[in-house]
Amino acid sequence: MERIPILRMGSLLLVTIQVDMHDRLAMALQDDLTQRIVSDRAKGVLIDISALDLVDSFIGRMISNTAAMARVLDAETVVVGMQPAVAITLVELGLTLHGVKTALNVEKGMALLGKSIS
Amino acid sequence: MMSAALNKPVAFDTRLLDFRREVRNGRTTMPLRSDEDVVALRRHVRERAVAISLSLVDQTKLVTAASELARNTIKYGGGGEVHLDALDDGLRRGVGLLFVDDGQGIPDLGLALKDGYTTGGGLGLGLSGSKRLVDEFDIDSRPGEGTAVVVIKWKR
Repeated sequence: MERIPILRMGSLLLVTIQVDMHDRLAMALQDDLTQRIVSDRAKGVLIDISALDLVDSFIGRMISNTAAMARVLDAETVVVGMQPAVAITLVELGLTLHGVKTALNVEKGMALLGKSIS
Repeated sequence: MMSAALNKPVAFDTRLLDFRREVRNGRTTMPLRSDEDVVALRRHVRERAVAISLSLVDQTKLVTAASELARNTIKYGGGGEVHLDALDDGLRRGVGLLFVDDGQGIPDLGLALKDGYTTGGGLGLGLSGSKRLVDEFDIDSRPGEGTAVVVIKWKR
């Protein structure tokens, strides 16, 4: 099965979602990320969704759950690059990604993670 | 490969099949059985939305609603099909989507349309959230027979 690659940079894990996410792929990413947080002793996770033209309730829930799981494993999660149309749709759908830190782009996300884990 | 059994049309005889029949002009029908079918549907809906020059926000809303409803059809309806319609009533153009399954149906529609109500362990935003994302929404469901949901997004 195809999987979304997870890159490590120091104590951070980086994920760029560039494919049209179906539900199994989203679940696999959530599992892979939690595994990698432990095996790589990561302190931060950055998820770049700038290439996603849709975040529905399933993908939204995956993002929220991943952030919550990371938190109990002592890692911070920042989601970056959400497209404006996606943000508008997500809120109207009723999903607020409560408890998920966000930043406008990768650079700002990295800065945010750097601050919170140092 | 899909078996012949999976390709059989949905038998649920819903009044929604006639929804806006007079302004429909081109129907595509796609199966909804798997995750991959949902992804394929999103792509088709996006193309239809672009074809009538929906704004980017409205495209995203329609595709997101399609994704939610397709998942419902598969997860709660046991699979089914979706009809994509090009709509033109002379004043405006739109995209219509009709999701049909012949699954177990929804016993209490009022409850199912409430935010946060779920029987499947999800967030309970699929139906209620989709309704907010489109211009027209109607649902027909009979326990033991099936469920049909129609949504329309008009070009503003």
